[in-house]
This record gives sequence, C-alpha cells and structure tokens, in this order.
Amino acid sequence: MEYEVVVGLETHAELATVTKLFCGCSTKFGIEPNTQVCPVCLGMPGVLPVMNKKAFDYALKAAIALNCKIDEFTNFDRKSYYYPDLPKNYQISQNYYNLGADGYMDIHVNGLVSRIRIHNVHLEEEAGKLIHPEEVGADYSLVDFNRAGVPLLEIVSYPDMRNVDEVESYMQTLKKILLYTEVSDCKMQEGSLRFEASISLRKKGSEKLGNRVEIKNLNSMKSVLRALEYETKRQTDSLGRGETIDRETRLWDEVNEKSARMRSKEEAQDYRYFPEPDLLPVLVDRKWIAEIKETIPELPLAKKQRFMEVFKLSDYDTSLLVEEKVLADLFEDCIKILDRPKVFCNWIANDLLREVNEKKLDIHQLPVRPKQLAALVEMIEKGTISSTIAKEVFSEMILTGNDPQVIVEEKKLTQINDEGFIGAVIAKIISSNPSAIEDYKKGKKNALVFLVGQVMKETKGKANPKMVNELLQKKID
Amino acid sequence: MRLSEYTALQIKKKIISREIRPIDLVEHFIKRIKDIDHDIQAYLTINEEETIKKAAQIQKKIENGENVGILAGIPIGIKDNICTKGLHTTCASKILENFIPPYDAFVVKRLKEEDAIILGKTNLDEFAMGSSTENSSFKITRNPWNSDYVPGGSSGGSAAAIAADLSILALGSDTGGSVRQPAAFCGVVGVKPTYGRVSRFGLIAFGSSLDQIGTLTRDVKDAAILLQVIAGHDLRDSTSMQVPVPDYLNEIDSGVHGLRIGIPKEYFDAGLNEDVHNALKNALRMYEQFGAKVVEISLPHTEFAVAVYYIVANAEASSNLARYDGVRYGYRTSKPNGIIDMYCHTRSEGFGNEVKRRIMLGNYALSSGYYDAYYLKASKVRNLIKNDFDVAFQNVDCIICPTSPVPGFKIGERAKNPLEMYLSDIYTIPANLTGIPGISVPCGFSKEGLPIGMQILGKHFEEKKLLQIAYAFERETDFHMKKPVLKWSTD
Repeated sequence: MEYEVVVGLETHAELATVTKLFCGCSTKFGIEPNTQVCPVCLGMPGVLPVMNKKAFDYALKAAIALNCKIDEFTNFDRKSYYYPDLPKNYQISQNYYNLGADGYMDIHVNGLVSRIRIHNVHLEEEAGKLIHPEEVGADYSLVDFNRAGVPLLEIVSYPDMRNVDEVESYMQTLKKILLYTEVSDCKMQEGSLRFEASISLRKKGSEKLGNRVEIKNLNSMKSVLRALEYETKRQTDSLGRGETIDRETRLWDEVNEKSARMRSKEEAQDYRYFPEPDLLPVLVDRKWIAEIKETIPELPLAKKQRFMEVFKLSDYDTSLLVEEKVLADLFEDCIKILDRPKVFCNWIANDLLREVNEKKLDIHQLPVRPKQLAALVEMIEKGTISSTIAKEVFSEMILTGNDPQVIVEEKKLTQINDEGFIGAVIAKIISSNPSAIEDYKKGKKNALVFLVGQVMKETKGKANPKMVNELLQKKID
Repeated sequence: MRLSEYTALQIKKKIISREIRPIDLVEHFIKRIKDIDHDIQAYLTINEEETIKKAAQIQKKIENGENVGILAGIPIGIKDNICTKGLHTTCASKILENFIPPYDAFVVKRLKEEDAIILGKTNLDEFAMGSSTENSSFKITRNPWNSDYVPGGSSGGSAAAIAADLSILALGSDTGGSVRQPAAFCGVVGVKPTYGRVSRFGLIAFGSSLDQIGTLTRDVKDAAILLQVIAGHDLRDSTSMQVPVPDYLNEIDSGVHGLRIGIPKEYFDAGLNEDVHNALKNALRMYEQFGAKVVEISLPHTEFAVAVYYIVANAEASSNLARYDGVRYGYRTSKPNGIIDMYCHTRSEGFGNEVKRRIMLGNYALSSGYYDAYYLKASKVRNLIKNDFDVAFQNVDCIICPTSPVPGFKIGERAKNPLEMYLSDIYTIPANLTGIPGISVPCGFSKEGLPIGMQILGKHFEEKKLLQIAYAFERETDFHMKKPVLKWSTD
C-alpha cells in the first residue's frame, strides 16, 4: 500500500519588540533569571494588561505579508491551563477572532512553486521557563519569568505539505519572510522561532485525511524533518500491520531520535477559551492596514524573480543573494553605484559568503559598505590591482571595514605595470631556471606556467599577470 | 456632636481652619475602632502606625501654610480587595492571608495624592463573592443597626464602618451590587460608578467585565467629593475611559424639576417587601412634589438578569482566581506530593466554600461543549438587557427602584441557601451587566428599624446627574442623619 504524507505546521515566533506584550518589561534574551519582571507579567493580584501597540503592528505586518485576510474586529481571548511557568494560569491569546486568517505562502521546491495555505495568524503572550535542578532527587523546580509576556506570533498552516522537502522549504521561506519584515529575529537557538508539526497518512489518491498526530519538542528545523521521517515510518509500519493510528500528541526525543506518546486525544486539554475582559477589542481600519503595508519590503520570492529577470542572474545565484536581506540590499546598493550585476553577484554570493562561513562572521555585523565593494571592482577594472590581490584586499575589508584604497596603499599591493621592472625580474628568473627553459623548448607548455608563477612569487603577486605572460613568452620564444 | 460623626466636607472645613487637628481626628478614630470594632468587626487590618505618621505630616503642612490635597487628613477605610502598598490585602481569603502588595491601586494612589488617610482595610465576603459578608474567612461583620443582622455584602465592612462612625469615608467594590446593597442595609450612601469611570488597576479581580470600585459615605456630597478623587482615566487599565471628570459638587443642588423618572414595572412585583415598597412609594411622591415626572417603564428581560450574571461573573471569576496556585505568592500547602497535588491542596485549603462553588460553576460554563449554551448565550442575553436600558433611557433621565427587595436578613438566615442569597442582588445586578452607574441612598426604615435603600440608576457617565437627583431627596429628608444606637457603645 502506498501512503501520502500530510503535514501541517504551527509556528511560534517571538516578536522583536523592545518590551513585553502587556507590560513595560524588557524582552532582552539571556538576562539573569527573574530580573525582567513586574507585577503584570508575574500575574500578581489586581494588575491589568495593557497592549503593546508595536507588537500588534508587527503581528499585523506578518499577517499581511502572509496574505491573510485582516478582520476589522479582533479580540483577545483567555486560554486556560495550569502550568507553573504560566503566571495567571491562563494565556492571553486569540481564538474566536484571529488577527489574520485564510492567507497563503508560496514556496519553491525543486524549481516548482507550491502554495501553502495559512489557516490563521494570531498574537499571544509567551510563558516563562522551568528550570529543573540537576541534582538527583531534588524536590523542587525553579521558574524564570523573564520570558513570560514576550509577544509571540503563532502561524498555523493548513495541512498542505506532502513531503519533507516542502516542509523544509516552508520553514525556510517563512523564516525569511519574518526576517525580511523584521518582526522577529528568528533565533532558533534562543527559542524565538519554534515549530510544531502535525502529520497524518492516507492512501494515495484518497481525499479523506487520516488521524493526525501532533509532534512537540522540535528544537531545530533538522529535528522537525527527522521527526517527520521517523513518524512517517512509524505510521506506515503501523498501518502495514493493520493497526490504526490514534489521534495523539507525541514528544520528540532529540537524543534517541524517536517520539513517544505525551497524551491521547481523550486527555486533550480543555482550554475554556473566553473573551479577555481586561482588554478592549482592537479595531483595525483600512488606514492602519495601509500604513503597515507601506512598511513591508519586497519579499524574498518576489525579489529573487526580479533579480533573475532584471539582472539576468541564475536561479542558484539569486537564491544565495536573497537568502539574507542584508545581502540582497548590499547587492542592489552596489549596482546603483556601478552597473555590474554579475560581478557583484559573484563577490557577494561566493567570496563574501565563503569569508563569512570560514571566519564565522555575523552577516548582520559586517562593516563593509557598498561603495567600498564598488571601489574594489573599479580598481580591478582599471588594473590598479590584480583579481588575486583583490581577494586578499576583500578579506581584509570584510573584517576591518577599511577602504580598499587604504588597504592597497598600506600593504603596497598596487599592481606593477612597469615593463622595465617586470622585464628585469623575468631575466633573473630565466637565468636561474635553465632546466625550465629547456623543457619549454622541448614543447612542455606547462613550463611557461611555472615560470610565470616564479615571477609572480618574486613580485609578491603584484606584477600584472597579463604583462608577465606576454613579456615572458616574447623572451623565450 | 462626636468627632467621628462629621461628614468629610464638614471635617475638611474644620481641618483647614485649624479647628481640628488631623492627628486628633485619627487618634479618635483609632480609639473608637479599638473600643467598639470587636463587636462590629468591620476592619481586618488597622493601619495604625502609618495613619498617625501621615496625620502628623499633613498637620505640619497645614501649620506651615502649605497646599494640601482635597481630602487632607480625612480618614478612609479601604475594602480589603483593593491593593495598598505595604499593607496586607487579603480579599478576606486564607489564600492571600499574608499577601502584602508592592503597589497601590490607582484609587489608593489618588487618595494618597489628595492627602487622605488610609485608616485600615475592611472586611468583605471572600473575593467579594457574597451579599452578606458572612463568606469572609476571618470574621463576620455585624450590622450596626442590629447585631443579629448582616451588614450586606460584599462591601459589608466598609458600609458598617461608615454606619458605626468607624471611618468618615470608605471604598468598596461592586460587581453585582456589593457597594449599593450593603449601603442600603447599613443606611449609608453607596455609589457604583459607570464601568470605566474608575480604574480597576489594583482592584483584585472577581468579574472583570462587571467590577467597579465605588464609594460608601455618610451623605451624597461626600460621595461626590470622594468620586471626584478616584474617577478618571488610567493608562494601566485599558477599560478605563477617557471621559472628562466633571465637578460633581458644583450644581449638586440644581434639583429635579422637569426631570423624568422611570419606574420599571417588573421591579415592583409581589416578591417585594412591603416596608421597602412603601418607602419607595413615599420617595417617589416626594420627587413628584419636587417637580419631577414619574413614568412607568418596562425592562422586559429583567427576569434573566440574575441567571446571566451568575454565568458571566463566575466564568470570569474561575479564570481570575486561577492565579492563586501557591507557585509565586500567597498560601501554599505544606508537603505537597508533586505539582498537581500542590495545586489541588493549596486551592482546596486556601479557598472557602462559596469561592470554590463559583469557580466550579464558572469552569463548567466555559467548558468545551457548554460554552455556547452558557457563556455565549449569557453574553447575548446580556446585550438584550443592555438594550432594555438603552430603550428606557430614551424616555427618562433616571430609573428609580429599591436597592434590595428586603431591608436585611439575619446572620445565618441565607447562608445555607446560595440561591436565595443570589436573589438578594436582583435589583443591583443589571447596572453591572450594562455598565451604568447607580447610587443607593437611605429612604426609610423597616418595622424592625432597619434602614431601607433607594436605588437611582442613570445613563453611562452621568454620575453628576445621579448625585443631583439623590441630593434633591437627601436635602429634604433626614434618613441619612439617623444613627444606629450601639448598645455596646462606650460614648
């Protein structure tokens, strides 16, 4: 029997606001426990939430970027459950009126575009964090409420994905959109971007969805994909044995790479949602939507297509360029100074990314400016430096942010175009390498390459390679 | 006249003219509380040390000729579900027995800014859930007019404190009548402002969409001056409204000539106590003599108000009280066996029966599969009730009715029957469901000598008009000036 995999994803992204959703506490990450708290985010008696407008703006921005319908009326609801990291034992969330609904996001898989529908986008507050002591037999746990009340965006997709490639592309594309719109820093290692997957199997060709299994505790995109692969196999095997799949929630065990039942459908929580009486409904008018729309930049997929069309760049190159908005912006800023799309694309997509990876640099903290990169390219074109030297200059630029002219000057890297000087070096090299000359004359063309290399070495790479080639050939022919 | 019998306006003049020193005034009250409150049981906490310190400060200011606030040196009792920085705030619940808030409620901050003196914290039904103050975990407050009777509730401590001259001013909270009904039972003036008129910040929530802080005072003018201080927009309460606060005392004596008073026919049915009915009839006759026109109106959805209220209030309460879990503050059970056990025992031991009953009812009404039938349906009927009032107010300036169907009841009389207790709020609940303001003023006495309250309801944010209408009656009557004879009284 052949099965089709059906996957939907729930995504949580912490919004990049400076303060929390319902109080003025800082959202900064990695601060000493319980130092960014106040009576409101600790759920003390008698305190009230006040909505952070910026957080709502960000959520709205993401919802619009995901093509959601924005209802004029939205409201917050209380979602009740008891857990020590949830100060009020209810979470202020949205249930009856979501901020955005019925959107979609296009994803690229193997050069094809698929449209994944978004069920809803809504805003809620983050919980705190439990810290379990490492000592054996401890009879307590600690709670850090620094995170409690941080604005959280939940994005719920329809079960529109059919394989792990689509899931991976969905996660990557969504992350890129959230980064492009600057609503979240999407740092998965800090928990500011998290995924939960639900997966079901059905017979190929069948319309009816199978029983859905939700998987939690997925700490990285990789674990999402691994968990889905594991779950696909588990369910396939199960169905193969004639068993049925229970609707349940499972926890992914990262270390042992398997999932285990957390709770069955019968044990599912009743969240007792009802409208939050402490907050007024939010009325989103057209003007507000228009203002937010203004702030949404060109999104990655559109940008990629434009780069391909306008600059005639390849699918692969443009994918690299739009991977990070800063790169795409750098590219476009360079083009504005000097119209060499292909040249800049190579510098950014190849050299820059290689440097970043090798030296483990933060792509958002690079000091290099567009006009410096443009100046570097001009220096090559004018013959001031060779392209080999240019790479050396570039790797320095990217670390220090110094102008290429200054680097060339300081390191005396200017190309030597003086025929007399190069001729003298050539003469020296010829006289000290008689065997190479012999070889060349016998027809071994490689010997010429060796001699050019020796000249370049002697001039510390600064000699104009083209000139060296020509002069050397003239000399020994 | 005893020092403790003055109204705030009277005492204010004497303080400013240096006829009375704030320190003497508060010492008088503290002595009086010590002498007689063991019989009334109005207070849970006496703020003695701070009170004397603050009175001395104000006295110094006055002596130095400095500006002082409009409530300078005037003692006030605060219901113990309103947060006071550094002072126990227990909600009369074991679960918050040792809770000392690190912040002041908005209203407390305002009172302090105007130099009022927080005398102490008054008793209430646990978490304001009740109509008799019998549900307090700590003590039963007695009605100063007859110690066998309840003072009403849930702001019974505040109402009894005013009636027994244990404070000049008091604050209460009103979720379904908790200011107006005890005001009626104790023969004092109680105001429940419009929902959104007074910030709820620092009021420990019971039913968030219904709760409103209100005033308990000797007379209408004191209500006006106290409301003046606590009303206004607060950035920390999203449901407080940005509506300008008028000068409530100004033009308070403009009378009722030409006003139209609505009498809901549904409110005067056979269930109404005869003494209450007669007192109301008398009051309405007086209003007609003052030049008002009394017209019959209909509020057809009245019969559903109590049912709707107990679904909405309990649903909200079940969620508001979820935070008392023993994790961060308040009572925690000893030696729990795991987190679930800790939750269960903490809450079982920390909450009283009425609170538990309401939490269970509220959770039930919100449960999956029941939400539509209970909470959602109740919300819809709530809108119908609102609509009843909107329609009625197109024709009348205010609505007058009894505050309570009975003049009072004995301690223990209704405690065993929650439903009967719930029905004592039948006339006060609609104002909370609709958010409109209401005031209860003394309008007579029953055969047993218990005070009777008249309730005046107005349009949203028309507290000023309500106070004018109430004052028109008060200035022609002396019900509010009658004092209970405290047989245990030492003076």
